[in-house]
Amino acid sequence: MTQKTYIQSYCTIQNNEIVLNGTSVFKTEPTEFADFSKQAYRNFEMQYPKFFKMDALSKLAFLGAELLLSPITSTELENNIALVLANKSSSLDTDVKYQESISDKENYYPSPAVFVYTLPNICLGEISIRHQLKSENSFFIFDVFNTEFMSNYSNILLHSGKAETVLCGWVEFFNDNYKAFLCTISAQENEKYTNETINTLYNK
Amino acid sequence: MTKEIYITQTNCITPLGFDVQSNIDAILRGESGIQLHENTSLMPAPFYAAIISEEKIDNAFAKISTATKYSRLEKMMILALEPIIKKAEIDLDSKVAFILSTTKGNVTALQNDSEESFKTAHLDVLAKNVADFFGFKTQPIVVSNACVSGILAVSIAKRIIQSELYDHAFVIAGDEVSEFVLSGFNAFQAMSDSPCKPYSKNRTGVSLGEATAAVLVSANPATAKIKVIGDSSINDANHISGPSRTGEGLFRSIQNALKEAQIDGQKLDYISAHGTATPFNDEMEAIALSRLGLQNIPVNSLKGFYGHTLGASGLLETVIAIESANKNILFESKGFDEIGVSESINVIQKNEEVFIEYFLKTASGFGGCNTAVVFEKVK
Repeated sequence: MTQKTYIQSYCTIQNNEIVLNGTSVFKTEPTEFADFSKQAYRNFEMQYPKFFKMDALSKLAFLGAELLLSPITSTELENNIALVLANKSSSLDTDVKYQESISDKENYYPSPAVFVYTLPNICLGEISIRHQLKSENSFFIFDVFNTEFMSNYSNILLHSGKAETVLCGWVEFFNDNYKAFLCTISAQENEKYTNETINTLYNK
Repeated sequence: MTKEIYITQTNCITPLGFDVQSNIDAILRGESGIQLHENTSLMPAPFYAAIISEEKIDNAFAKISTATKYSRLEKMMILALEPIIKKAEIDLDSKVAFILSTTKGNVTALQNDSEESFKTAHLDVLAKNVADFFGFKTQPIVVSNACVSGILAVSIAKRIIQSELYDHAFVIAGDEVSEFVLSGFNAFQAMSDSPCKPYSKNRTGVSLGEATAAVLVSANPATAKIKVIGDSSINDANHISGPSRTGEGLFRSIQNALKEAQIDGQKLDYISAHGTATPFNDEMEAIALSRLGLQNIPVNSLKGFYGHTLGASGLLETVIAIESANKNILFESKGFDEIGVSESINVIQKNEEVFIEYFLKTASGFGGCNTAVVFEKVK
Protein backbone atom coordinates (compact mmCIF):
# COMPACT_ATOMS: atom_id res chain seq x y z
CA MET A 1 0.00 0.00 0.00
CA THR A 2 2.71 2.46 0.94
CA GLN A 3 4.40 3.94 -2.08
CA LYS A 4 8.06 3.18 -2.63
CA THR A 5 10.53 6.02 -2.32
CA TYR A 6 13.91 6.41 -4.00
CA ILE A 7 17.20 8.10 -3.23
CA GLN A 8 17.71 10.60 -6.04
CA SER A 9 21.17 12.02 -5.34
CA TYR A 10 23.65 12.10 -2.50
CA CYS A 11 26.62 14.10 -1.39
CA THR A 12 29.36 13.42 1.16
CA ILE A 13 31.72 16.02 2.58
CA GLN A 14 34.66 14.85 4.71
CA ASN A 15 38.47 14.91 4.78
CA ASN A 16 38.73 18.00 2.54
CA GLU A 17 36.74 16.34 -0.21
CA ILE A 18 33.25 16.59 -1.67
CA VAL A 19 31.81 13.50 -3.33
CA LEU A 20 28.63 13.90 -5.37
CA ASN A 21 26.78 10.75 -6.40
CA GLY A 22 29.90 8.69 -5.89
CA THR A 23 32.21 10.98 -7.87
CA SER A 24 34.79 13.24 -6.27
CA VAL A 25 33.91 16.76 -7.42
CA PHE A 26 36.22 18.83 -5.21
CA LYS A 27 39.28 18.11 -3.15
CA THR A 28 41.97 20.18 -1.42
CA GLU A 29 45.22 19.46 0.33
CA PRO A 30 44.71 18.90 4.08
CA THR A 31 43.60 22.23 5.54
CA GLU A 32 41.25 23.67 8.15
CA PHE A 33 37.53 23.57 7.43
CA ALA A 34 37.34 27.39 7.26
CA ASP A 35 39.79 27.34 4.36
CA PHE A 36 38.38 24.22 2.74
CA SER A 37 34.81 25.60 2.80
CA LYS A 38 35.92 28.93 1.33
CA GLN A 39 37.75 27.16 -1.50
CA ALA A 40 34.73 24.94 -2.16
CA TYR A 41 32.42 27.98 -2.23
CA ARG A 42 34.69 29.66 -4.79
CA ASN A 43 35.18 26.52 -6.83
CA PHE A 44 31.44 26.12 -7.35
CA GLU A 45 30.95 29.90 -7.86
CA MET A 46 28.14 30.01 -5.36
CA GLN A 47 27.78 33.81 -5.19
CA TYR A 48 25.99 34.03 -1.88
CA PRO A 49 27.87 36.45 0.41
CA LYS A 50 25.74 35.45 3.44
CA PHE A 51 27.80 32.25 3.39
CA PHE A 52 30.68 34.07 5.06
CA LYS A 53 28.54 35.06 8.05
CA MET A 54 27.57 31.47 8.80
CA ASP A 55 29.10 29.28 11.48
CA ALA A 56 30.94 26.12 10.43
CA LEU A 57 27.93 23.80 10.90
CA SER A 58 25.76 25.97 8.67
CA LYS A 59 28.54 26.25 6.06
CA LEU A 60 28.89 22.48 6.01
CA ALA A 61 25.16 21.87 5.61
CA PHE A 62 24.86 24.72 3.12
CA LEU A 63 27.60 23.35 0.84
CA GLY A 64 26.03 19.90 0.66
CA ALA A 65 22.54 21.30 0.17
CA GLU A 66 23.80 23.64 -2.53
CA LEU A 67 25.10 20.81 -4.68
CA LEU A 68 21.95 18.71 -4.28
CA LEU A 69 19.27 21.40 -4.41
CA SER A 70 20.56 23.96 -6.91
CA PRO A 71 19.87 21.68 -9.89
CA ILE A 72 16.29 20.96 -8.74
CA THR A 73 15.04 24.23 -7.26
CA SER A 74 14.07 27.55 -8.69
CA THR A 75 13.32 30.72 -6.79
CA GLU A 76 10.29 31.38 -9.00
CA LEU A 77 8.60 28.09 -8.20
CA GLU A 78 7.28 26.57 -4.99
CA ASN A 79 9.63 23.82 -3.88
CA ASN A 80 8.08 21.46 -1.37
CA ILE A 81 11.38 20.00 -0.21
CA ALA A 82 11.46 19.11 3.48
CA LEU A 83 14.69 19.35 5.47
CA VAL A 84 15.39 16.53 7.93
CA LEU A 85 18.91 16.72 9.31
CA ALA A 86 20.66 15.31 12.35
CA ASN A 87 24.00 15.18 14.11
CA LYS A 88 25.74 14.25 17.34
CA SER A 89 27.27 17.53 18.51
CA SER A 90 24.27 19.84 17.98
CA SER A 91 25.66 23.40 17.79
CA LEU A 92 28.33 22.70 20.43
CA ASP A 93 31.17 24.00 18.26
CA THR A 94 29.59 27.47 18.35
CA ASP A 95 28.22 26.97 21.89
CA VAL A 96 31.77 26.56 23.20
CA LYS A 97 32.89 29.75 21.40
CA TYR A 98 29.89 31.64 22.78
CA GLN A 99 30.54 30.31 26.29
CA GLU A 100 34.13 31.62 26.06
CA SER A 101 32.76 35.08 25.31
CA ILE A 102 30.84 35.18 28.61
CA SER A 103 33.02 33.10 30.97
CA ASP A 104 35.57 35.78 31.74
CA LYS A 105 33.83 38.68 33.45
CA GLU A 106 36.76 40.97 32.68
CA ASN A 107 36.38 40.14 29.03
CA TYR A 108 32.61 39.77 28.63
CA TYR A 109 31.42 40.28 25.06
CA PRO A 110 28.32 38.20 24.20
CA SER A 111 27.57 38.71 20.52
CA PRO A 112 24.11 38.27 19.00
CA ALA A 113 25.74 37.22 15.70
CA VAL A 114 27.39 34.28 17.49
CA PHE A 115 24.45 33.51 19.82
CA VAL A 116 22.03 32.94 16.96
CA TYR A 117 24.16 30.03 15.74
CA THR A 118 23.95 28.28 19.12
CA LEU A 119 20.96 26.33 17.76
CA PRO A 120 21.49 23.37 15.41
CA ASN A 121 18.38 24.13 13.34
CA ILE A 122 19.81 27.47 12.17
CA CYS A 123 21.45 25.57 9.31
CA LEU A 124 17.96 24.50 8.20
CA GLY A 125 16.95 28.16 8.17
CA GLU A 126 20.01 29.05 6.08
CA ILE A 127 19.19 26.36 3.49
CA SER A 128 15.50 27.35 3.49
CA ILE A 129 16.37 31.00 2.81
CA ARG A 130 18.84 30.15 0.06
CA HIS A 131 16.47 27.85 -1.82
CA GLN A 132 13.22 29.55 -0.74
CA LEU A 133 11.94 26.39 0.90
CA LYS A 134 8.75 27.17 2.79
CA SER A 135 8.60 23.57 3.90
CA GLU A 136 8.72 21.09 6.78
CA ASN A 137 11.98 21.12 8.70
CA SER A 138 13.32 19.42 11.80
CA PHE A 139 16.68 18.84 13.38
CA PHE A 140 17.40 15.67 15.36
CA ILE A 141 20.28 14.65 17.61
CA PHE A 142 21.55 11.08 17.87
CA ASP A 143 24.61 9.43 19.34
CA VAL A 144 25.38 8.04 15.85
CA PHE A 145 23.56 8.61 12.54
CA ASN A 146 20.30 6.70 13.04
CA THR A 147 19.75 5.96 9.36
CA GLU A 148 16.71 3.81 10.02
CA PHE A 149 14.83 6.54 11.89
CA MET A 150 15.90 9.25 9.45
CA SER A 151 14.79 7.31 6.40
CA ASN A 152 11.54 6.24 8.09
CA TYR A 153 10.78 9.81 9.09
CA SER A 154 11.55 11.07 5.57
CA ASN A 155 9.19 8.46 4.16
CA ILE A 156 6.45 9.55 6.56
CA LEU A 157 6.71 13.11 5.22
CA LEU A 158 6.56 11.82 1.62
CA HIS A 159 3.72 9.34 2.21
CA SER A 160 1.58 11.79 4.18
CA GLY A 161 1.96 14.40 1.43
CA LYS A 162 3.72 16.82 3.78
CA ALA A 163 6.64 16.96 1.33
CA GLU A 164 7.33 16.08 -2.31
CA THR A 165 11.06 15.62 -1.78
CA VAL A 166 13.09 15.32 1.42
CA LEU A 167 16.66 16.48 1.90
CA CYS A 168 17.77 14.06 4.59
CA GLY A 169 21.13 13.62 6.23
CA TRP A 170 23.83 13.94 8.83
CA VAL A 171 25.81 17.16 9.38
CA GLU A 172 28.33 16.78 12.17
CA PHE A 173 30.83 19.46 13.07
CA PHE A 174 32.92 19.87 16.19
CA ASN A 175 36.38 21.32 16.62
CA ASP A 176 37.28 21.01 12.94
CA ASN A 177 36.17 17.37 12.79
CA TYR A 178 33.36 17.10 10.31
CA LYS A 179 31.30 14.85 8.15
CA ALA A 180 28.24 15.64 6.10
CA PHE A 181 26.12 13.13 4.27
CA LEU A 182 23.04 14.47 2.51
CA CYS A 183 20.65 12.87 0.09
CA THR A 184 17.44 13.73 -1.67
CA ILE A 185 14.57 11.25 -1.46
CA SER A 186 11.29 11.24 -3.35
CA ALA A 187 8.68 8.93 -4.85
CA GLN A 188 10.03 9.52 -8.34
CA GLU A 189 11.44 6.27 -9.71
CA ASN A 190 15.21 6.15 -9.85
CA GLU A 191 16.96 2.87 -10.56
CA LYS A 192 20.44 4.22 -9.78
CA TYR A 193 20.38 3.48 -6.07
CA THR A 194 17.86 0.66 -5.77
CA ASN A 195 20.36 -1.59 -4.04
CA GLU A 196 21.57 1.19 -1.80
CA THR A 197 20.14 2.65 1.39
CA ILE A 198 21.05 5.78 3.30
CA ASN A 199 23.06 3.47 5.51
CA THR A 200 25.15 1.89 2.74
CA LEU A 201 25.75 5.22 1.00
CA TYR A 202 26.70 6.92 4.28
CA ASN A 203 29.27 4.25 5.01
CA LYS A 204 30.83 4.26 1.54
CA MET B 1 -7.53 4.88 7.27
CA THR B 2 -5.08 7.00 9.24
CA LYS B 3 -4.80 6.15 12.91
CA GLU B 4 -6.36 8.50 15.42
CA ILE B 5 -3.82 9.91 17.85
CA TYR B 6 -4.38 11.05 21.43
CA ILE B 7 -2.53 12.61 24.30
CA THR B 8 -3.39 10.36 27.21
CA GLN B 9 -1.17 11.58 30.07
CA THR B 10 0.27 15.00 30.92
CA ASN B 11 2.49 16.53 33.57
CA CYS B 12 4.64 19.61 34.14
CA ILE B 13 7.27 20.95 36.52
CA THR B 14 7.20 24.76 36.68
CA PRO B 15 7.70 27.60 39.16
CA LEU B 16 3.90 27.49 39.67
CA GLY B 17 3.79 23.85 40.72
CA PHE B 18 5.05 20.30 40.27
CA ASP B 19 1.86 18.82 38.82
CA VAL B 20 -0.81 19.96 36.38
CA GLN B 21 -3.47 20.69 39.00
CA SER B 22 -1.29 23.03 41.06
CA ASN B 23 -0.37 24.89 37.87
CA ILE B 24 -4.02 25.34 36.91
CA ASP B 25 -4.89 26.50 40.44
CA ALA B 26 -2.11 29.11 40.28
CA ILE B 27 -3.22 30.32 36.85
CA LEU B 28 -6.81 30.66 38.08
CA ARG B 29 -5.52 32.74 41.01
CA GLY B 30 -3.63 34.92 38.53
CA GLU B 31 -0.20 34.04 39.93
CA SER B 32 2.87 34.42 37.76
CA GLY B 33 6.16 32.58 38.13
CA ILE B 34 8.06 35.62 36.86
CA GLN B 35 10.01 37.49 39.55
CA LEU B 36 12.84 39.97 39.77
CA HIS B 37 16.15 38.16 40.32
CA GLU B 38 19.43 39.58 41.46
CA ASN B 39 22.01 36.91 40.78
CA THR B 40 25.27 38.03 39.24
CA SER B 41 26.25 34.44 38.44
CA LEU B 42 23.38 34.55 35.93
CA MET B 43 23.34 38.21 34.84
CA PRO B 44 25.40 41.27 35.76
CA ALA B 45 22.21 43.33 36.29
CA PRO B 46 18.88 42.39 37.96
CA PHE B 47 16.45 40.63 35.59
CA TYR B 48 12.93 39.24 35.44
CA ALA B 49 12.60 35.48 34.94
CA ALA B 50 10.53 32.49 36.05
CA ILE B 51 12.95 30.24 37.94
CA ILE B 52 12.25 27.07 39.94
CA SER B 53 13.76 26.88 43.42
CA GLU B 54 16.70 24.48 43.72
CA GLU B 55 15.43 23.23 47.05
CA LYS B 56 12.02 22.31 45.65
CA ILE B 57 13.61 20.30 42.85
CA ASP B 58 15.94 18.47 45.22
CA ASN B 59 13.20 17.73 47.75
CA ALA B 60 10.85 16.37 45.11
CA PHE B 61 13.62 14.35 43.49
CA ALA B 62 14.69 12.84 46.82
CA LYS B 63 11.22 11.29 47.06
CA ILE B 64 11.73 9.24 43.90
CA SER B 65 15.46 8.54 43.84
CA THR B 66 18.58 8.68 46.00
CA ALA B 67 20.86 8.98 42.95
CA THR B 68 23.12 12.03 42.97
CA LYS B 69 24.51 11.86 39.44
CA TYR B 70 21.74 13.82 37.71
CA SER B 71 21.96 17.43 36.57
CA ARG B 72 19.31 19.92 37.62
CA LEU B 73 17.58 19.72 34.22
CA GLU B 74 17.71 15.91 34.24
CA LYS B 75 16.01 15.91 37.65
CA MET B 76 13.31 18.26 36.32
CA MET B 77 12.77 15.98 33.33
CA ILE B 78 12.66 12.81 35.43
CA LEU B 79 10.21 14.49 37.83
CA ALA B 80 7.88 15.38 34.93
CA LEU B 81 8.00 11.89 33.41
CA GLU B 82 7.92 9.73 36.53
CA PRO B 83 4.21 9.97 37.46
CA ILE B 84 2.94 9.57 33.90
CA ILE B 85 5.14 6.56 33.18
CA LYS B 86 3.90 5.02 36.41
CA LYS B 87 0.24 5.78 35.64
CA ALA B 88 0.45 4.63 32.03
CA GLU B 89 1.36 1.05 32.99
CA ILE B 90 2.90 0.38 29.56
CA ASP B 91 5.82 -2.01 29.04
CA LEU B 92 8.68 0.13 27.75
CA ASP B 93 9.33 -2.23 24.84
CA SER B 94 10.54 -1.80 21.26
CA LYS B 95 7.24 -0.12 20.26
CA VAL B 96 7.50 2.67 22.84
CA ALA B 97 9.39 5.75 21.65
CA PHE B 98 11.11 8.28 23.88
CA ILE B 99 11.28 11.77 22.40
CA LEU B 100 13.23 14.50 24.17
CA SER B 101 12.96 18.10 23.01
CA THR B 102 15.13 20.95 24.16
CA THR B 103 17.00 23.92 22.79
CA LYS B 104 20.02 24.05 25.09
CA GLY B 105 19.78 20.97 27.34
CA ASN B 106 22.66 20.85 29.86
CA VAL B 107 24.43 23.87 28.36
CA THR B 108 25.42 24.99 31.88
CA ALA B 109 27.89 22.08 31.83
CA LEU B 110 30.08 24.19 29.50
CA GLN B 111 30.94 26.44 32.46
CA ASN B 112 33.14 23.62 33.69
CA ASP B 113 36.24 22.80 31.64
CA SER B 114 36.41 19.08 32.43
CA GLU B 115 36.00 16.44 29.74
CA GLU B 116 33.31 14.69 31.79
CA SER B 117 31.29 17.89 32.11
CA PHE B 118 31.65 18.60 28.40
CA LYS B 119 30.21 15.17 27.65
CA THR B 120 27.02 15.96 29.59
CA ALA B 121 26.50 19.07 27.44
CA HIS B 122 25.69 16.70 24.56
CA LEU B 123 21.94 16.34 24.00
CA ASP B 124 22.17 12.61 23.23
CA VAL B 125 23.87 12.09 26.60
CA LEU B 126 21.14 14.07 28.35
CA ALA B 127 18.53 11.94 26.60
CA LYS B 128 20.31 8.71 27.49
CA ASN B 129 20.59 9.69 31.15
CA VAL B 130 16.85 10.38 31.37
CA ALA B 131 15.87 7.36 29.25
CA ASP B 132 18.02 4.98 31.31
CA PHE B 133 16.42 6.16 34.54
CA PHE B 134 13.18 4.62 33.30
CA GLY B 135 14.64 1.80 31.23
CA PHE B 136 13.44 2.74 27.73
CA LYS B 137 14.48 0.06 25.21
CA THR B 138 14.40 2.23 22.09
CA GLN B 139 17.07 4.75 21.13
CA PRO B 140 16.03 8.22 22.33
CA ILE B 141 14.90 10.63 19.61
CA VAL B 142 16.12 14.16 20.38
CA VAL B 143 14.42 17.10 18.66
CA SER B 144 16.30 20.40 18.82
CA ASN B 145 14.50 22.91 16.66
CA ALA B 146 14.74 26.13 18.65
CA CYS B 147 11.56 27.36 20.33
CA VAL B 148 9.19 25.09 18.41
CA SER B 149 10.94 21.96 19.78
CA GLY B 150 8.30 21.06 22.38
CA ILE B 151 5.27 21.26 20.12
CA LEU B 152 7.16 19.84 17.13
CA ALA B 153 7.89 16.80 19.32
CA VAL B 154 4.11 16.20 19.64
CA SER B 155 3.76 16.38 15.90
CA ILE B 156 6.69 13.95 15.40
CA ALA B 157 5.15 11.58 17.97
CA LYS B 158 1.87 11.65 16.07
CA ARG B 159 3.59 10.95 12.76
CA ILE B 160 5.72 8.02 13.95
CA ILE B 161 2.71 6.38 15.61
CA GLN B 162 0.51 6.90 12.55
CA SER B 163 3.18 5.25 10.42
CA GLU B 164 3.06 2.27 12.84
CA LEU B 165 6.74 2.50 13.72
CA TYR B 166 5.69 2.83 17.35
CA ASP B 167 2.53 2.32 19.43
CA HIS B 168 3.23 4.97 22.05
CA ALA B 169 5.62 7.88 22.53
CA PHE B 170 6.61 9.48 25.80
CA VAL B 171 7.56 13.08 25.06
CA ILE B 172 9.58 15.27 27.41
CA ALA B 173 10.46 18.91 26.80
CA GLY B 174 12.65 21.04 29.00
CA ASP B 175 14.95 24.02 29.21
CA GLU B 176 16.61 25.97 32.01
CA VAL B 177 17.27 29.63 32.66
CA SER B 178 21.05 29.90 32.29
CA GLU B 179 23.72 32.56 32.02
CA PHE B 180 24.23 31.33 28.45
CA VAL B 181 20.66 32.04 27.33
CA LEU B 182 20.13 35.18 29.44
CA SER B 183 23.27 36.82 28.04
CA GLY B 184 22.26 35.87 24.49
CA PHE B 185 18.75 37.30 24.65
CA ASN B 186 20.18 40.32 26.40
CA ALA B 187 22.75 40.78 23.62
CA PHE B 188 19.81 40.76 21.19
CA GLN B 189 18.23 43.47 23.36
CA ALA B 190 15.22 41.18 23.52
CA MET B 191 14.79 41.15 27.33
CA SER B 192 11.89 42.94 28.96
CA ASP B 193 12.64 45.35 31.82
CA SER B 194 9.39 44.26 33.52
CA PRO B 195 7.43 40.95 33.53
CA CYS B 196 6.71 40.30 29.84
CA LYS B 197 3.51 41.70 28.30
CA PRO B 198 2.54 39.63 25.23
CA TYR B 199 0.61 41.52 22.50
CA SER B 200 0.57 44.71 24.61
CA LYS B 201 1.32 48.18 23.42
CA ASN B 202 4.10 48.64 25.95
CA ARG B 203 5.77 45.27 25.50
CA THR B 204 9.54 45.46 25.39
CA GLY B 205 10.62 41.84 25.08
CA VAL B 206 10.77 38.43 26.71
CA SER B 207 11.07 37.27 30.27
CA LEU B 208 12.87 33.94 30.26
CA GLY B 209 11.58 30.96 32.18
CA GLU B 210 12.32 27.33 32.88
CA ALA B 211 10.13 24.27 33.00
CA THR B 212 9.75 20.69 31.94
CA ALA B 213 6.58 19.15 30.54
CA ALA B 214 5.81 15.55 29.66
CA VAL B 215 3.02 13.84 27.74
CA LEU B 216 2.18 10.38 26.51
CA VAL B 217 1.09 10.28 22.87
CA SER B 218 -0.76 7.11 21.93
CA ALA B 219 -3.18 5.50 19.50
CA ASN B 220 -5.00 3.95 22.44
CA PRO B 221 -8.10 6.06 23.21
CA ALA B 222 -8.47 4.73 26.76
CA THR B 223 -7.75 7.62 29.20
CA ALA B 224 -7.44 10.01 26.24
CA LYS B 225 -7.32 13.67 27.28
CA ILE B 226 -7.33 15.17 23.81
CA LYS B 227 -7.11 14.11 20.16
CA VAL B 228 -4.31 15.41 17.89
CA ILE B 229 -5.96 15.99 14.52
CA GLY B 230 -3.59 18.05 12.36
CA ASP B 231 -0.07 19.40 12.37
CA SER B 232 2.47 21.21 10.24
CA SER B 233 5.85 22.83 10.69
CA ILE B 234 6.82 25.25 7.92
CA ASN B 235 9.91 27.46 7.69
CA ASP B 236 9.63 31.18 6.84
CA ALA B 237 12.65 31.00 4.49
CA ASN B 238 13.15 34.63 5.36
CA HIS B 239 15.57 35.37 8.22
CA ILE B 240 17.48 33.31 10.80
CA SER B 241 16.98 35.60 13.80
CA GLY B 242 13.70 37.35 13.10
CA PRO B 243 10.24 36.28 11.99
CA SER B 244 8.84 36.91 8.54
CA ARG B 245 7.02 40.25 8.37
CA THR B 246 4.09 38.57 6.68
CA GLY B 247 4.02 35.58 9.03
CA GLU B 248 4.27 33.33 5.98
CA GLY B 249 5.65 30.23 7.70
CA LEU B 250 3.15 30.42 10.55
CA PHE B 251 0.33 31.18 8.11
CA ARG B 252 1.16 28.08 6.08
CA SER B 253 1.69 25.90 9.15
CA ILE B 254 -1.77 26.77 10.49
CA GLN B 255 -3.35 26.40 7.06
CA ASN B 256 -1.84 22.92 6.59
CA ALA B 257 -2.70 21.79 10.11
CA LEU B 258 -6.36 22.86 9.67
CA LYS B 259 -6.48 21.13 6.31
CA GLU B 260 -5.25 17.86 7.76
CA ALA B 261 -7.68 18.26 10.67
CA GLN B 262 -10.44 18.77 8.09
CA ILE B 263 -11.96 21.66 9.96
CA ASP B 264 -12.58 25.25 9.00
CA GLY B 265 -10.56 27.76 11.03
CA GLN B 266 -13.80 29.31 12.28
CA LYS B 267 -14.49 26.13 14.23
CA LEU B 268 -11.54 26.85 16.51
CA ASP B 269 -12.69 27.89 19.98
CA TYR B 270 -9.28 28.89 21.26
CA ILE B 271 -5.72 29.58 20.12
CA SER B 272 -2.79 29.03 22.47
CA ALA B 273 -0.26 31.19 20.65
CA HIS B 274 3.47 31.75 21.12
CA GLY B 275 3.38 35.42 22.24
CA THR B 276 6.95 35.98 23.41
CA ALA B 277 6.28 39.70 23.86
CA THR B 278 9.07 40.79 21.52
CA PRO B 279 7.81 43.54 19.20
CA PHE B 280 8.41 41.50 16.02
CA ASN B 281 7.16 38.10 17.12
CA ASP B 282 3.79 39.27 18.41
CA GLU B 283 3.24 41.50 15.40
CA MET B 284 4.05 38.61 13.06
CA GLU B 285 1.57 36.31 14.83
CA ALA B 286 -1.20 38.91 14.66
CA ILE B 287 -0.60 39.29 10.92
CA ALA B 288 -0.63 35.52 10.32
CA LEU B 289 -3.84 35.05 12.36
CA SER B 290 -5.50 37.95 10.61
CA ARG B 291 -4.53 36.66 7.15
CA LEU B 292 -6.23 33.39 8.09
CA GLY B 293 -9.38 35.17 9.27
CA LEU B 294 -8.76 33.98 12.83
CA GLN B 295 -8.59 37.45 14.39
CA ASN B 296 -11.79 36.94 16.39
CA ILE B 297 -10.90 33.56 17.92
CA PRO B 298 -9.91 33.98 21.61
CA VAL B 299 -6.14 33.84 21.89
CA ASN B 300 -3.66 33.91 24.74
CA SER B 301 0.03 33.62 25.42
CA LEU B 302 0.98 31.85 28.65
CA LYS B 303 4.39 33.57 28.70
CA GLY B 304 3.03 36.06 31.28
CA PHE B 305 2.74 33.10 33.72
CA TYR B 306 5.84 31.11 32.82
CA GLY B 307 8.13 33.41 30.86
CA HIS B 308 9.60 32.03 27.67
CA THR B 309 10.64 28.48 28.50
CA LEU B 310 12.24 28.02 25.04
CA GLY B 311 12.09 24.38 23.89
CA ALA B 312 9.74 23.50 26.74
CA SER B 313 7.21 26.22 25.95
CA GLY B 314 5.28 24.48 23.17
CA LEU B 315 4.69 21.35 25.21
CA LEU B 316 4.07 23.12 28.53
CA GLU B 317 1.52 25.41 26.89
CA THR B 318 -0.15 22.40 25.23
CA VAL B 319 -0.47 20.70 28.62
CA ILE B 320 -2.17 23.82 30.02
CA ALA B 321 -4.35 24.29 26.92
CA ILE B 322 -5.62 20.70 27.25
CA GLU B 323 -6.84 21.60 30.76
CA SER B 324 -8.39 24.74 29.37
CA ALA B 325 -10.33 22.65 26.84
CA ASN B 326 -11.40 19.94 29.25
CA LYS B 327 -12.46 22.45 31.92
CA ASN B 328 -14.04 24.79 29.31
CA ILE B 329 -12.19 27.81 30.68
CA LEU B 330 -10.21 30.35 28.68
CA PHE B 331 -7.28 31.57 30.78
CA GLU B 332 -6.35 35.24 30.78
CA SER B 333 -3.34 36.27 28.70
CA LYS B 334 -1.39 37.54 31.69
CA GLY B 335 0.45 40.83 31.30
CA PHE B 336 -1.84 42.07 28.55
CA ASP B 337 -3.16 45.64 28.87
CA GLU B 338 -3.77 47.49 25.63
CA ILE B 339 -3.55 45.92 22.18
CA GLY B 340 -0.15 46.66 20.66
CA VAL B 341 -0.17 44.79 17.36
CA SER B 342 -1.27 46.29 14.07
CA GLU B 343 -3.92 43.67 13.31
CA SER B 344 -6.65 43.44 15.91
CA ILE B 345 -6.73 40.01 17.60
CA ASN B 346 -9.01 38.74 20.36
CA VAL B 347 -6.64 38.54 23.34
CA ILE B 348 -8.29 36.89 26.37
CA GLN B 349 -8.41 39.54 29.11
CA LYS B 350 -9.93 37.57 31.96
CA ASN B 351 -10.69 33.94 32.76
CA GLU B 352 -13.91 33.01 31.08
CA GLU B 353 -16.09 29.90 30.83
CA VAL B 354 -16.59 28.94 27.19
CA PHE B 355 -17.30 25.57 25.58
CA ILE B 356 -14.10 24.45 23.85
CA GLU B 357 -14.21 21.69 21.25
CA TYR B 358 -11.25 22.56 19.01
CA PHE B 359 -8.08 24.48 19.80
CA LEU B 360 -4.88 25.38 18.01
CA LYS B 361 -1.36 25.52 19.48
CA THR B 362 1.33 27.48 17.66
CA ALA B 363 5.00 28.29 18.17
CA SER B 364 7.73 30.06 16.21
CA GLY B 365 11.46 30.29 16.68
CA PHE B 366 14.94 31.23 15.54
CA GLY B 367 15.92 29.74 12.22
CA GLY B 368 12.52 30.80 10.84
CA CYS B 369 10.73 27.73 12.17
CA ASN B 370 7.01 27.56 12.97
CA THR B 371 4.73 24.76 14.16
CA ALA B 372 0.94 24.51 14.39
CA VAL B 373 -1.04 21.63 15.88
CA VAL B 374 -4.84 21.32 16.00
CA PHE B 375 -6.51 19.45 18.87
CA GLU B 376 -10.06 18.16 19.33
CA LYS B 377 -11.80 17.39 22.59
CA VAL B 378 -12.48 13.68 23.05
CA LYS B 379 -16.22 12.99 22.91
